[in-house]
Amino acid sequence: MKCACWPELLRRTAETARLMLGVADYDAYVAHFVAVHPDATVLSREAFFRERLAARYRSGGLRCC
Amino acid sequence: MAPARAIVAGRLSAAHILAWGAVALLGGASLGVLALHRGETVSAAWLVAAALCTYALAYRFYSRFLANRVARLDPARPTPAMRHPDGLDYCPTHPVVLFGHHFAAIAGAGPLVGPVLAAQMGYLPGTLWILAGVVFAGAVQDFLILSFSVRRDGHSLGDMIRRELGPFAGTVAAVGVLAIMVILLAVLGLVVVKALANSPWGVFTIAATIPIALCMGLCCRFGGAHQVLEVSAVGVALLLAAIWAGGRVAADPAMAAWFTFPPRDLALMLIAYGFLASVLPVWLLLAPRDYLSTFLKIGTIAALAVGICVTLPDLRMPAITRFADGSGPVFSGALFPFLFITIACGSVSGFHALVSSGTTPKMLQNEAQARAIGYGAMLTESFVAIMALIAASVLQPGAYFAMNAPPAAVGSTVQAVAANVSSWGFAITPDDLTRLAHQVGESTILARAGGAQTLAVGMATIFSRVLGGGGTMAFWYHFAILFEALFILTTLDAGTRVARFMIQDFGGNFLAAFGRTDSLPANLAASGLAVCGWGFFLYQGVMDPLGGINTLWPLFGIANQMLAAIALTLCTVILFKLKRGRVAWVTCVPTAWLAVCTLTAGAEKMFSDVPAIGFLAHAAKYSAAAGDFQVLAPAKTIADMRQVVINDYVDVSLTALFMAVVSVMLVVGAAAAWRAATDPNVTAAEVPDEMRVLA
Repeated sequence: MKCACWPELLRRTAETARLMLGVADYDAYVAHFVAVHPDATVLSREAFFRERLAARYRSGGLRCC
Repeated sequence: MAPARAIVAGRLSAAHILAWGAVALLGGASLGVLALHRGETVSAAWLVAAALCTYALAYRFYSRFLANRVARLDPARPTPAMRHPDGLDYCPTHPVVLFGHHFAAIAGAGPLVGPVLAAQMGYLPGTLWILAGVVFAGAVQDFLILSFSVRRDGHSLGDMIRRELGPFAGTVAAVGVLAIMVILLAVLGLVVVKALANSPWGVFTIAATIPIALCMGLCCRFGGAHQVLEVSAVGVALLLAAIWAGGRVAADPAMAAWFTFPPRDLALMLIAYGFLASVLPVWLLLAPRDYLSTFLKIGTIAALAVGICVTLPDLRMPAITRFADGSGPVFSGALFPFLFITIACGSVSGFHALVSSGTTPKMLQNEAQARAIGYGAMLTESFVAIMALIAASVLQPGAYFAMNAPPAAVGSTVQAVAANVSSWGFAITPDDLTRLAHQVGESTILARAGGAQTLAVGMATIFSRVLGGGGTMAFWYHFAILFEALFILTTLDAGTRVARFMIQDFGGNFLAAFGRTDSLPANLAASGLAVCGWGFFLYQGVMDPLGGINTLWPLFGIANQMLAAIALTLCTVILFKLKRGRVAWVTCVPTAWLAVCTLTAGAEKMFSDVPAIGFLAHAAKYSAAAGDFQVLAPAKTIADMRQVVINDYVDVSLTALFMAVVSVMLVVGAAAAWRAATDPNVTAAEVPDEMRVLA
């Protein structure tokens, strides 16, 4: 994080906050998906969020005491 | 191994030696001041300095040794996220972002409660164990489990135990984890009940979190899921408003009566709530409350750090109190072994092994980052424990003991409590106790063992010095209570679900229909079993004349440290399988220490002659009294007396189960390590080295 420009810092903070809730970066997902599976349909933002929510609590959602 | 060698070969320059020497000197001097100081008070600055210097040295030197010589991290070796990225579970993540994720997953109520309870022996024993424990056990476990999981495609702790130690060990460990879940949930539930008993302000704010979370859940589900951060921000603002409204409710006698409940009723409500919450869809209640508690937790920890570093309050608790001998009112048992199981999270916590082998290993960009994330996040968690210890120690010791001593020991009026606590040498007047209760907006602060209230009063004292003065103490107190209760309710909900899946997994072996997680009857039955499990211990704890925490926290501590011993045993076996037996002392030493602590503590909990410590002695006392038709508190009838005896036998059985699990795992682990040591080949199940990118 050498670049101290504010938009970048804000974006990273939001990314961290979302990941704390178990929601991975949507843009990274789209970039990856388009590169690897160019023919398949990418999940929408809503569907992506629901998938991540289900994944977080699939086995109950274990965190520390 | 070339890159790793190159890092090790780097020698320290003279300037580095001077700088690190200065850090070591400052840390040593700070610890010296803490240990030798014999005045009325000592500044928390010494404690903060000692902790930070210890962490800096441990990170710079010990974690580097672990990374280069023990785990042999190789930046060129692709991580699971690099090998098969899917944009979902497996995605290479910026290390700072991942650190935040990992820290949020390991930080919880544990490091805040344990040190507060341990403060009854003075601040020094707790400090030394938190620092030594994290450097040589806790952070080592977190780091190595993370590293080994990265080398195994992000496998979970259970999978790694099955693969490296065999299916039998895997089953034994799974039974242990289920038993830990049950006792953990009961103890955390007890902490909430103790904090909310007869507190209309507290109950109102916690009750308000339910409609707030439901609204958030509905908003996220139907109003735009990607707005999760914005929705959470509104939720946090509503929570703060609920704290303010709670003060109004508590001030109005008619409304306050609706939200005032004795401990027993709260326990029953919590059990019913736990069942309902765990069978509702996750998006409706669990997830939004999880979001609120995550942000409140990070915010509170940050605020506490700022508050302590700005005010640098004086510690008023003595370095060592007379209760190091085991006669303390908060938890029973002598310094060894009970201090070492009372403070679990913050020095070493077996639970972290489950988290470190969960989502984090699937997101590492580069193996070398495991050091900062595994070892570094645990050091940060340890600092949270140090801050909790400071918050408990800034209180007047008399007030600390008045809050945490059970009524059976000190009475239930302010006069009786003040007289008894003062007679122990911690001067306090009835007026002091009444004034403190009034300051935090409560009718009483007595008999609230469990850590939450003590921490809240300590935090309120510190926060109100930074922001707003004494008039805001009541707000900050209820803010701290809300944070802890909200967090614990989320854990109860999530934990009940985890226990439910485990029960269905086991039950499915005998009755296939029971194992189907999508079947509603099976779901209800397994959730009911899970809730009955922890509900039993919660109810027993609430009815306990010694306050419950006194009996049950050590059981939780034993369970958690036992899981850490299992995780470290696995690490030891893997090191031998990798033919790195020469450095296996890094895990053997903490494993041995944890085994000695948990087995000694377990044996004392079962067989000690002191009824406050030993379950069998306690059962014998109640059986004998019942034989003479005597009724001892809290029992009111002979039938109650029998129930007390039955509870004791259940506790004995659970302790025996914990000891059996840890013993079996140690024996299986030792045998596997021996086989690996005598085998000339590397036998660990790592992802092959050919996958290395030679770039």
